[in-house]
Amino acid sequence: MKTSRLASAALLAYGILILAFLYLPLVSVGLASVSKARYLSFPIRKYNTDWYGEALASDTVQNLLWISLKVAGIVTVSSMVVGFLGALAFARYSWRFRKPFQKLILLPIFFPQTVLGLALLMWINALGIVPSWKTAIIAHLVWIAPIATLIVSIRAFSFDPALEEAARDMGATQWQVLREVTIPLLMPGVVSAGLFAFLLSWGNFPLSLFTTGADSTLPEWLFAKMISGYSPLVPTVGMLTVAGSAALVALGLILAWALKRLRPTT
Amino acid sequence: MRQRERQLGLLYALPLSVFLGLTFLAPIVLVAGFSTMPEKVFELTHMPDFSAYRTVLAQGYWKSVAWSLVLAALATLILLVICWPLAYAMAKVFKRFTLVLTIGVVMTLFVSENIRLFGWVLTLMKGGLIEGYVRSWTGFGFDAPLYNVPVIVFGLVYVYLPFMLFPLAQGISMVPDDARQAAFDLGATRWQILKEIELPLAMPGILVGSLLTFVLAAGAMAESKLLGGRAVITIADEVQTAFTYGQNWPLGSALAMVLIAIIGTLAIWAISKADLDAMMGRKS
Repeated sequence: MKTSRLASAALLAYGILILAFLYLPLVSVGLASVSKARYLSFPIRKYNTDWYGEALASDTVQNLLWISLKVAGIVTVSSMVVGFLGALAFARYSWRFRKPFQKLILLPIFFPQTVLGLALLMWINALGIVPSWKTAIIAHLVWIAPIATLIVSIRAFSFDPALEEAARDMGATQWQVLREVTIPLLMPGVVSAGLFAFLLSWGNFPLSLFTTGADSTLPEWLFAKMISGYSPLVPTVGMLTVAGSAALVALGLILAWALKRLRPTT
Repeated sequence: MRQRERQLGLLYALPLSVFLGLTFLAPIVLVAGFSTMPEKVFELTHMPDFSAYRTVLAQGYWKSVAWSLVLAALATLILLVICWPLAYAMAKVFKRFTLVLTIGVVMTLFVSENIRLFGWVLTLMKGGLIEGYVRSWTGFGFDAPLYNVPVIVFGLVYVYLPFMLFPLAQGISMVPDDARQAAFDLGATRWQILKEIELPLAMPGILVGSLLTFVLAAGAMAESKLLGGRAVITIADEVQTAFTYGQNWPLGSALAMVLIAIIGTLAIWAISKADLDAMMGRKS
């Protein structure tokens, strides 16, 4: 029961249509970011890239960029470590509370982020901590560390326990097994978890909104500007954050491709 | 051997468990505590009187709850129909294009939801991408299809598409080709194959995708704020307003507890049904 040529072509067209639907709003933002007019209206008459220069030169934008980068960077490193350890407990070892642990990991992912952000704000207040970009790191991790764990787990599930046992039978210590067998095998999963962690933290809004205190991340600033009226800097800064994510994804894909070429057997 | 695995499992699970205990479970307990306090207090030291819950019932907040659930259900149903053919093609028909689609769809997740919804405002508004070009080509303009209930559903469908698409594709890939072939050879129509073979066998994926979409959409508010111009107020929006403008933590907590109860029940039910080891392909 092979799918007919015609049906395949129709499905392909449908797939392209869905992709176009997903990217259409970004096309609008992109076009708006190069419009010369202060008040945007399509069709765009004059194009220029002055707003980009203005955005990059602005102290506010530089400060936002720096805070977003700090938060995303620390979230990435922490979720890679926690996700690696968590994935071994999630997928690899048989231990008593494995099933409850798996369920605990899934709950934060399902939880509405706005409510989670508010609950964390109350909790931070109750503990007497002043919210800043540092507390935002914690908030992001509540949601991102479980996702990182799941991503590494997918890799850990396909991993043959016999490899670790063989190393151990040949006299390797626990630390050597970890360093020589487990870490190299899970590395691709850990790297993609890191990539996801960075990108999800970089674009997150609902968790940052309540937990950054007086500091602000790029998505927060964009939202504040969006609801207070149109500013030509909104599409420009929006496009800059999109370009940042796209560059990182491209880097990740090139890295994955290069590794595949270098090691054709694995 | 077994002994060591047990210890290692516990040891490696510890960092994440302790972290989530302190930053996820503890705040929920705190919210639950606050929801029982008298209204407009900022400490937990008062006598619990559950008055916030009475306000939730008396002030018509149930409307926001109902709207959120209806919008989420609509978005889930529409997504199920839209995503099925594509998920089917990703699992069974496409070869290289599956990878292109996967990367293309995942990429959108990394762009802040705000920017994407703002992009739809620019696309749909009067003088926006669609209306602006249509008017300049044909001379006829039309009103922006923004700030109403259908556009909120549209926004939810747009934002949560990946959360339906991927579980669905995963579910459909678990339908063995032999079963479809056998049904076809025995004279089943395309419709019968869908109803009798594909839907039941892909059910785990359908359930996971639907629940994920429903739960996330029920807790959403950006769509109704940015696209819908608050044509309806969602429950998450009410929670935020009670905390921020209202400065009424117990009321906000009580509203949050209603949302948590609905979503939590669904999520816990789904998670308890799902066998993660089998779904993610654990080797015994």
